Amino acid sequence: MIPEVSQLFPQDNILGWIIQITWLAFFVVFMFYGQRIQMYVMLREVQSSLLRLKLIRDKGRKTTITTINELGKPKEDPTAKVDQFLEYIAIAPQNMDPSGIVWKLEHILDVRDTRFKDEVKLMAPEADETQINNLENTLEAALALNVIYKVIRHFYLLGKKTLSLYIIMQIQMVLPLVMKEAEAFASALKAFSSGQPIGDGAGALVAARLMLGHRKRKIAKDVVMATVPLEGRTAYVLKAEGPGGNVGKPGEAMKHIIEENGGKIATIIAIDAAQKLEGEKPGEVAEGVGVAIGGPGVEQYKVEETVLKYKIPVNAVIIKEDIGDAVSPMRKEIFDAVDVAIERIKRLILERTKKGDSLIIAGIGNTIGIGQ
Amino acid sequence: MSETAPSTKKFSFFFLAIVFITIALSIAAFFQAFDAYNVGQVENGHFFMLIGVSGLALSTYMVFQTRRRALRLTFTPPRIATTILCQKCGFKNIRDFERGDFIFKETEECPKCKEKMMINSIFREINEKKKRWG
Repeated sequence: MIPEVSQLFPQDNILGWIIQITWLAFFVVFMFYGQRIQMYVMLREVQSSLLRLKLIRDKGRKTTITTINELGKPKEDPTAKVDQFLEYIAIAPQNMDPSGIVWKLEHILDVRDTRFKDEVKLMAPEADETQINNLENTLEAALALNVIYKVIRHFYLLGKKTLSLYIIMQIQMVLPLVMKEAEAFASALKAFSSGQPIGDGAGALVAARLMLGHRKRKIAKDVVMATVPLEGRTAYVLKAEGPGGNVGKPGEAMKHIIEENGGKIATIIAIDAAQKLEGEKPGEVAEGVGVAIGGPGVEQYKVEETVLKYKIPVNAVIIKEDIGDAVSPMRKEIFDAVDVAIERIKRLILERTKKGDSLIIAGIGNTIGIGQ
Repeated sequence: MSETAPSTKKFSFFFLAIVFITIALSIAAFFQAFDAYNVGQVENGHFFMLIGVSGLALSTYMVFQTRRRALRLTFTPPRIATTILCQKCGFKNIRDFERGDFIFKETEECPKCKEKMMINSIFREINEKKKRWG
């Protein structure tokens, strides 16, 4: 009993005419300009996210400058130096001939780290070592936010200029993930500027708990070690030197301990924070084998080379968290997971080593806000 | 403490025009429906009523979508709690995080046993809704 379309929109009155014309116009517009309308909708969505990114980036920059002024008490305004720092680049080594690339990359990273520290010392002359490390981390987070904003702006303007659906579509599709990452860095920036422990420090916190009350010594660049008797074994527990923002060189430290003991290490247990999948709970603890050291891979490579030489088994204990949790102030679930991880380590030691053996326990991650 | 973009253009002229045209057409459809019912064309009346209601719902949805987008421009920093624990008597003090706090830092004396207390934990608490697939 559906009436004819012409009956629906009678032409003998003006309202009927308007509705009929609008109805037809709707079809014509969507037939010829549907894709363009879709493109404008996407562009608008990207524009709104870009606006939010700009807000986050500017807030980050402002926080960085305020923190430098508060901690470093510089004689002159650090704004220009901060702006210069936000444009900093590090060029990765050429990989046409990959032989020896790890050492080239390590050298570039060392130079970058030294340069960053020197710049921060110039910007904040009154800051102590811990504060310099925290400020360096703060500036790195601000730099990351600036890069994210500029890349998204690049694709937005390119899409607008070329009106290419595919350029706009690819940026619109990854936008939720990019926004999540930007929000994580914004949160990290706040944590770094105040010196709060972050989720990535879960591994370092495990090591710090184990070495608490024992004598520590510096074993490699920015890494401390304590010899801890554990379940009748000798455990060399190491972590980055806190409480400043630091990851240190745990690979270098492990290599040094192995060489010092002439390769007589029964096992290595590395504890690190690892990316969780959606649906998994933050703070879940999992076990496995392999060298659990994140980052550019240089430290992982060093350990892999050394354990291969001495045939040392390597175990991994990971604490699961997403990218947002890894760089944001440590959430309670991750903090509570530290006790679970310690229990797993003790069980692993009992199962995988004999009484009197020596082993290495390495807490990997940024140790900001975590002492020892 | 939440922060909002200071000068965010929340409505565009083009967007407002579409919303107003949709509302106007919806009202026109209601009039048509009224006329149709008056002359006894009940089925036509139903159809115009359907068009009117759909148009009105669409325009309301569009306005709410824009409001949601404006709200997404705000973010609230989380509360970070520092727990100070006396290793001897177990006295616990929880306060907001202060710059300079770090885990295992020795702090003030315990008010009960006068031993040095230590920062035992620093974390943020999140009250998440229970997820179906979590």
